[in-house]
Amino acid sequence: MTTEPRLLAVRKNVLKQNDVLARALRDRFRAQGTSVISLVSSPGTGKTALLERTLTLLKENYRVAALVGDLATENDALRLARSGVPVKQITTGTICHLEAAMVERALEEWSIGPLDLLFIENVGNLVCPASYDLGEDLRLVLLSVTEGEDKPLKYPTIFNSADAAVITKCDLAVAVDFDEVTALANIQAVRPGMPAFLVSSKTGQGLSNYLQFLTATLHAKLHVPADEASSHAEIHSGTSR
Amino acid sequence: MAQEEAERRKVQVDAVHLDLGALSGVVKEALLFSYGVACDGTLLEGSRLVVTDVPIEVFCSVCKVPRTLKSMQWFCCPECGAATSEILHGKELVITALELKQ
Repeated sequence: MTTEPRLLAVRKNVLKQNDVLARALRDRFRAQGTSVISLVSSPGTGKTALLERTLTLLKENYRVAALVGDLATENDALRLARSGVPVKQITTGTICHLEAAMVERALEEWSIGPLDLLFIENVGNLVCPASYDLGEDLRLVLLSVTEGEDKPLKYPTIFNSADAAVITKCDLAVAVDFDEVTALANIQAVRPGMPAFLVSSKTGQGLSNYLQFLTATLHAKLHVPADEASSHAEIHSGTSR
Repeated sequence: MAQEEAERRKVQVDAVHLDLGALSGVVKEALLFSYGVACDGTLLEGSRLVVTDVPIEVFCSVCKVPRTLKSMQWFCCPECGAATSEILHGKELVITALELKQ
Protein backbone atom coordinates (compact mmCIF):
# COMPACT_ATOMS: atom_id res chain seq x y z
CA MET A 1 0.00 0.00 0.00
CA THR A 2 1.42 3.37 -0.95
CA THR A 3 0.79 6.37 1.20
CA GLU A 4 0.46 9.94 0.06
CA PRO A 5 3.69 11.86 0.50
CA ARG A 6 3.63 14.20 3.47
CA LEU A 7 4.19 17.68 2.16
CA LEU A 8 5.12 20.57 4.36
CA ALA A 9 4.28 23.80 2.58
CA VAL A 10 6.97 26.46 2.68
CA ARG A 11 7.39 29.40 0.36
CA LYS A 12 10.94 30.65 0.18
CA ASN A 13 12.34 32.73 -2.63
CA VAL A 14 15.84 31.40 -3.24
CA LEU A 15 17.14 34.82 -4.27
CA LYS A 16 15.39 36.59 -1.42
CA GLN A 17 18.61 37.60 0.28
CA ASN A 18 19.78 39.38 -2.86
CA ASP A 19 16.39 40.97 -3.44
CA VAL A 20 16.22 42.29 0.12
CA LEU A 21 19.70 43.81 -0.17
CA ALA A 22 18.88 45.27 -3.58
CA ARG A 23 15.77 46.89 -2.18
CA ALA A 24 17.78 48.43 0.65
CA LEU A 25 20.27 49.78 -1.88
CA ARG A 26 17.43 51.18 -3.97
CA ASP A 27 15.99 52.95 -0.92
CA ARG A 28 19.39 54.35 -0.04
CA PHE A 29 19.99 55.63 -3.58
CA ARG A 30 16.55 57.21 -3.64
CA ALA A 31 17.20 59.00 -0.36
CA GLN A 32 20.48 60.31 -1.76
CA GLY A 33 18.90 61.38 -5.06
CA THR A 34 21.25 59.13 -7.01
CA SER A 35 20.12 57.42 -10.20
CA VAL A 36 21.72 54.04 -10.75
CA ILE A 37 22.20 52.63 -14.22
CA SER A 38 23.62 49.17 -14.87
CA LEU A 39 25.05 47.83 -18.11
CA VAL A 40 24.91 44.19 -19.16
CA SER A 41 26.08 42.50 -22.35
CA SER A 42 28.22 39.68 -23.61
CA PRO A 43 32.00 40.16 -23.35
CA GLY A 44 33.36 42.45 -26.05
CA THR A 45 30.15 44.32 -26.87
CA GLY A 46 31.67 47.63 -25.82
CA LYS A 47 30.30 48.29 -22.34
CA THR A 48 33.54 49.90 -21.21
CA ALA A 49 33.95 51.98 -24.37
CA LEU A 50 30.37 53.24 -24.10
CA LEU A 51 30.76 53.93 -20.41
CA GLU A 52 34.04 55.80 -20.88
CA ARG A 53 32.33 58.02 -23.42
CA THR A 54 29.24 58.40 -21.23
CA LEU A 55 31.20 59.40 -18.13
CA THR A 56 33.30 61.92 -20.06
CA LEU A 57 30.20 63.55 -21.55
CA LEU A 58 28.13 63.59 -18.37
CA LYS A 59 30.78 64.78 -15.93
CA GLU A 60 30.50 68.35 -17.18
CA ASN A 61 27.00 68.71 -15.76
CA TYR A 62 26.52 65.85 -13.33
CA ARG A 63 28.32 64.19 -10.44
CA VAL A 64 29.00 60.73 -11.88
CA ALA A 65 30.94 57.63 -10.84
CA ALA A 66 31.23 54.01 -11.93
CA LEU A 67 31.54 50.57 -10.40
CA VAL A 68 32.90 47.97 -12.76
CA GLY A 69 32.73 44.21 -12.36
CA ASP A 70 35.16 41.75 -13.90
CA LEU A 71 36.33 38.24 -13.15
CA ALA A 72 39.95 39.39 -13.08
CA THR A 73 42.18 42.41 -13.85
CA GLU A 74 41.60 46.07 -13.22
CA ASN A 75 41.94 46.92 -16.91
CA ASP A 76 38.41 48.25 -17.28
CA ALA A 77 38.67 50.42 -14.18
CA LEU A 78 41.93 51.85 -15.48
CA ARG A 79 40.31 52.59 -18.85
CA LEU A 80 37.30 54.23 -17.21
CA ALA A 81 39.50 56.25 -14.86
CA ARG A 82 40.78 58.08 -17.95
CA SER A 83 37.43 59.85 -17.99
CA GLY A 84 38.50 61.59 -14.79
CA VAL A 85 35.54 60.46 -12.65
CA PRO A 86 35.72 58.18 -9.57
CA VAL A 87 35.84 54.52 -10.62
CA LYS A 88 36.00 51.39 -8.52
CA GLN A 89 36.67 47.85 -9.68
CA ILE A 90 34.81 44.87 -8.25
CA THR A 91 36.83 41.74 -8.96
CA THR A 92 34.52 38.76 -8.72
CA GLY A 93 37.09 35.97 -9.03
CA THR A 94 35.19 33.11 -10.60
CA ILE A 95 31.69 34.52 -10.19
CA CYS A 96 30.16 35.38 -13.54
CA HIS A 97 27.84 38.19 -12.39
CA LEU A 98 27.53 40.97 -9.83
CA GLU A 99 25.26 40.60 -6.80
CA ALA A 100 23.72 43.27 -4.59
CA ALA A 101 26.07 42.32 -1.72
CA MET A 102 29.10 43.07 -3.91
CA VAL A 103 27.72 46.50 -4.76
CA GLU A 104 27.01 47.20 -1.10
CA ARG A 105 30.51 46.14 -0.05
CA ALA A 106 32.12 48.25 -2.78
CA LEU A 107 30.14 51.30 -1.65
CA GLU A 108 31.19 50.75 1.96
CA GLU A 109 34.87 50.72 1.05
CA TRP A 110 34.52 53.71 -1.22
CA SER A 111 34.48 57.19 0.16
CA ILE A 112 32.87 59.34 -2.49
CA GLY A 113 30.58 62.30 -2.06
CA PRO A 114 26.98 62.55 -3.22
CA LEU A 115 26.30 61.46 -6.79
CA ASP A 116 23.71 62.24 -9.43
CA LEU A 117 24.41 59.13 -11.47
CA LEU A 118 26.13 55.91 -10.52
CA PHE A 119 26.93 53.46 -13.31
CA ILE A 120 27.45 49.76 -12.66
CA GLU A 121 29.15 47.76 -15.39
CA ASN A 122 28.31 44.10 -14.90
CA VAL A 123 30.56 41.19 -15.79
CA GLY A 124 30.34 40.36 -19.49
CA ASN A 125 27.67 37.66 -19.51
CA LEU A 126 24.16 37.45 -20.95
CA VAL A 127 22.91 34.71 -18.64
CA CYS A 128 23.47 35.00 -14.88
CA PRO A 129 23.21 38.80 -14.44
CA ALA A 130 19.53 38.50 -15.40
CA SER A 131 18.68 36.93 -12.04
CA TYR A 132 20.37 39.48 -9.77
CA ASP A 133 18.76 42.79 -8.93
CA LEU A 134 21.48 45.32 -8.08
CA GLY A 135 19.17 48.07 -6.89
CA GLU A 136 19.47 49.89 -10.20
CA ASP A 137 16.84 52.23 -11.64
CA LEU A 138 17.66 51.37 -15.17
CA ARG A 139 19.20 48.28 -16.68
CA LEU A 140 20.75 48.75 -20.10
CA VAL A 141 21.38 45.69 -22.24
CA LEU A 142 23.93 46.18 -24.99
CA LEU A 143 24.39 44.29 -28.21
CA SER A 144 26.88 45.16 -30.89
CA VAL A 145 26.25 45.06 -34.63
CA THR A 146 28.95 42.40 -34.95
CA GLU A 147 27.09 39.94 -32.72
CA GLY A 148 24.14 39.28 -34.99
CA GLU A 149 20.57 40.48 -34.98
CA ASP A 150 19.22 37.43 -33.18
CA LYS A 151 20.96 37.98 -29.83
CA PRO A 152 17.66 39.05 -28.18
CA LEU A 153 16.00 35.80 -29.30
CA LYS A 154 18.91 33.71 -28.03
CA TYR A 155 19.02 35.44 -24.64
CA PRO A 156 15.41 36.49 -24.02
CA THR A 157 15.72 36.43 -20.23
CA ILE A 158 18.35 39.15 -19.99
CA PHE A 159 16.68 41.26 -22.67
CA ASN A 160 13.40 40.89 -20.88
CA SER A 161 14.92 41.99 -17.58
CA ALA A 162 16.32 45.19 -19.10
CA ASP A 163 14.72 48.64 -19.40
CA ALA A 164 16.46 49.81 -22.56
CA ALA A 165 18.63 48.32 -25.29
CA VAL A 166 21.71 49.95 -26.79
CA ILE A 167 23.04 48.71 -30.12
CA THR A 168 26.77 49.49 -30.18
CA LYS A 169 29.51 49.71 -32.83
CA CYS A 170 27.09 51.17 -35.37
CA ASP A 171 30.08 52.56 -37.28
CA LEU A 172 30.68 48.93 -38.35
CA ALA A 173 27.07 48.25 -39.35
CA VAL A 174 27.64 48.46 -43.11
CA ALA A 175 30.83 46.38 -42.99
CA VAL A 176 29.04 43.48 -41.27
CA ASP A 177 25.71 43.78 -43.17
CA PHE A 178 23.87 44.54 -39.95
CA ASP A 179 20.10 44.34 -40.41
CA GLU A 180 18.83 47.11 -38.15
CA VAL A 181 15.13 46.47 -38.79
CA THR A 182 15.41 42.79 -37.80
CA ALA A 183 17.47 43.59 -34.71
CA LEU A 184 14.95 46.16 -33.49
CA ALA A 185 12.05 43.77 -34.24
CA ASN A 186 13.77 41.02 -32.23
CA ILE A 187 14.20 43.36 -29.26
CA GLN A 188 10.51 44.22 -29.43
CA ALA A 189 9.58 40.53 -29.70
CA VAL A 190 11.15 39.66 -26.35
CA ARG A 191 10.42 42.96 -24.59
CA PRO A 192 7.58 44.91 -26.22
CA GLY A 193 7.85 48.66 -25.78
CA MET A 194 11.51 48.72 -24.74
CA PRO A 195 13.36 51.78 -26.05
CA ALA A 196 16.42 51.04 -28.19
CA PHE A 197 19.31 53.30 -29.14
CA LEU A 198 21.76 52.90 -32.01
CA VAL A 199 25.15 54.30 -31.08
CA SER A 200 28.82 54.32 -31.88
CA SER A 201 31.14 55.06 -28.98
CA LYS A 202 33.89 55.64 -31.53
CA THR A 203 32.22 58.23 -33.74
CA GLY A 204 29.69 59.56 -31.24
CA GLN A 205 26.75 58.63 -33.48
CA GLY A 206 23.45 58.43 -31.57
CA LEU A 207 24.94 59.34 -28.22
CA SER A 208 22.91 62.49 -27.65
CA ASN A 209 19.55 60.67 -27.69
CA TYR A 210 20.93 57.99 -25.44
CA LEU A 211 22.34 60.51 -22.95
CA GLN A 212 19.09 62.42 -22.93
CA PHE A 213 17.31 59.21 -22.00
CA LEU A 214 19.71 58.59 -19.10
CA THR A 215 19.42 62.07 -17.65
CA ALA A 216 15.63 62.00 -18.08
CA THR A 217 15.65 58.98 -15.74
CA LEU A 218 17.47 61.02 -13.13
CA HIS A 219 15.09 63.95 -13.45
CA ALA A 220 12.06 61.66 -13.34
CA LYS A 221 13.41 60.08 -10.17
CA LEU A 222 13.96 63.41 -8.48
CA HIS A 223 10.44 64.58 -9.22
CA VAL A 224 8.40 61.42 -8.84
CA PRO A 225 6.92 60.70 -5.39
CA ALA A 226 8.65 57.84 -3.58
CA ASP A 227 5.71 55.42 -3.72
CA GLU A 228 5.48 55.71 -7.51
CA ALA A 229 9.23 55.34 -7.84
CA SER A 230 9.12 52.14 -5.82
CA SER A 231 6.52 50.56 -8.09
CA HIS A 232 8.94 51.01 -10.98
CA ALA A 233 11.76 49.65 -8.90
CA GLU A 234 9.79 46.46 -8.29
CA ILE A 235 10.20 45.49 -11.94
CA HIS A 236 13.57 43.86 -11.24
CA SER A 237 12.66 42.14 -8.03
CA GLY A 238 10.86 39.27 -9.71
CA THR A 239 8.97 36.96 -7.44
CA SER A 240 10.09 38.43 -4.16
CA ARG A 241 6.98 40.52 -3.70
CA MET B 1 17.50 27.62 2.73
CA ALA B 2 15.62 24.32 2.66
CA GLN B 3 18.12 22.97 5.16
CA GLU B 4 17.48 25.85 7.59
CA GLU B 5 13.78 25.19 7.26
CA ALA B 6 14.25 21.47 7.92
CA GLU B 7 16.38 22.21 10.99
CA ARG B 8 13.96 24.76 12.33
CA ARG B 9 10.98 22.45 11.97
CA LYS B 10 12.95 19.39 13.11
CA VAL B 11 11.86 17.23 10.19
CA GLN B 12 13.55 14.67 7.99
CA VAL B 13 13.29 15.59 4.35
CA ASP B 14 12.80 13.16 1.51
CA ALA B 15 12.49 15.79 -1.22
CA VAL B 16 12.58 19.52 -1.73
CA HIS B 17 9.97 20.92 -4.11
CA LEU B 18 10.90 23.97 -6.16
CA ASP B 19 9.05 26.15 -8.66
CA LEU B 20 11.30 27.21 -11.52
CA GLY B 21 10.13 29.91 -13.91
CA ALA B 22 11.15 29.91 -17.55
CA LEU B 23 12.43 33.48 -17.06
CA SER B 24 14.29 32.79 -13.82
CA GLY B 25 17.63 32.62 -15.60
CA VAL B 26 18.36 29.30 -13.93
CA VAL B 27 18.90 26.08 -15.85
CA LYS B 28 17.08 23.07 -14.46
CA GLU B 29 19.80 20.57 -15.37
CA ALA B 30 22.49 22.68 -13.67
CA LEU B 31 20.32 22.99 -10.59
CA LEU B 32 19.70 19.24 -10.39
CA PHE B 33 23.38 18.52 -10.94
CA SER B 34 24.55 20.86 -8.20
CA TYR B 35 21.81 19.92 -5.74
CA GLY B 36 23.36 16.58 -4.80
CA VAL B 37 26.78 18.14 -4.32
CA ALA B 38 25.39 20.97 -2.21
CA CYS B 39 23.47 18.55 0.02
CA ASP B 40 26.41 16.27 0.81
CA GLY B 41 27.16 16.27 4.51
CA THR B 42 24.00 18.20 5.39
CA LEU B 43 20.57 17.27 6.75
CA LEU B 44 19.39 17.05 3.17
CA GLU B 45 21.93 14.45 2.07
CA GLY B 46 20.22 11.82 -0.06
CA SER B 47 17.11 13.93 -0.62
CA ARG B 48 15.66 14.63 -4.06
CA LEU B 49 14.99 17.95 -5.74
CA VAL B 50 11.59 17.99 -7.43
CA VAL B 51 11.44 20.83 -9.94
CA THR B 52 8.13 22.14 -11.28
CA ASP B 53 8.53 24.21 -14.44
CA VAL B 54 6.53 27.43 -14.41
CA PRO B 55 5.68 28.76 -17.88
CA ILE B 56 5.59 32.47 -18.64
CA GLU B 57 2.19 33.97 -17.98
CA VAL B 58 1.48 37.53 -19.08
CA PHE B 59 -1.49 39.81 -18.73
CA CYS B 60 -2.98 40.70 -22.10
CA SER B 61 -4.18 44.28 -21.91
CA VAL B 62 -6.50 43.75 -24.89
CA CYS B 63 -8.19 40.50 -23.81
CA LYS B 64 -7.96 41.60 -20.12
CA VAL B 65 -7.01 38.09 -19.02
CA PRO B 66 -3.81 36.23 -18.10
CA ARG B 67 -2.34 34.23 -20.98
CA THR B 68 0.40 31.64 -21.07
CA LEU B 69 3.09 32.35 -23.65
CA LYS B 70 3.92 29.71 -26.21
CA SER B 71 7.44 30.99 -26.73
CA MET B 72 9.78 33.15 -24.73
CA GLN B 73 10.94 34.67 -28.01
CA TRP B 74 7.55 36.20 -28.64
CA PHE B 75 5.97 38.31 -25.92
CA CYS B 76 2.56 38.54 -27.54
CA CYS B 77 -0.86 37.31 -26.55
CA PRO B 78 -1.33 33.85 -28.14
CA GLU B 79 -5.00 34.68 -28.81
CA CYS B 80 -5.12 38.25 -30.08
CA GLY B 81 -1.44 38.86 -30.88
CA ALA B 82 -1.13 42.06 -28.84
CA ALA B 83 2.35 42.75 -27.52
CA THR B 84 2.67 42.65 -23.77
CA SER B 85 5.40 43.11 -21.20
CA GLU B 86 3.33 42.60 -18.10
CA ILE B 87 4.66 39.38 -16.61
CA LEU B 88 2.57 37.61 -14.00
CA HIS B 89 4.54 34.37 -13.69
CA GLY B 90 7.75 32.87 -15.00
CA LYS B 91 10.43 34.49 -12.83
CA GLU B 92 9.99 32.07 -9.93
CA LEU B 93 12.88 30.43 -8.15
CA VAL B 94 10.94 29.41 -5.09
CA ILE B 95 11.08 26.51 -2.65
CA THR B 96 7.44 25.53 -2.31
CA ALA B 97 7.43 22.47 -0.05
CA LEU B 98 9.44 19.94 1.88
CA GLU B 99 8.40 16.33 1.35
CA LEU B 100 8.90 14.50 4.63
CA LYS B 101 10.25 11.01 5.21
CA GLN B 102 7.47 8.54 6.04
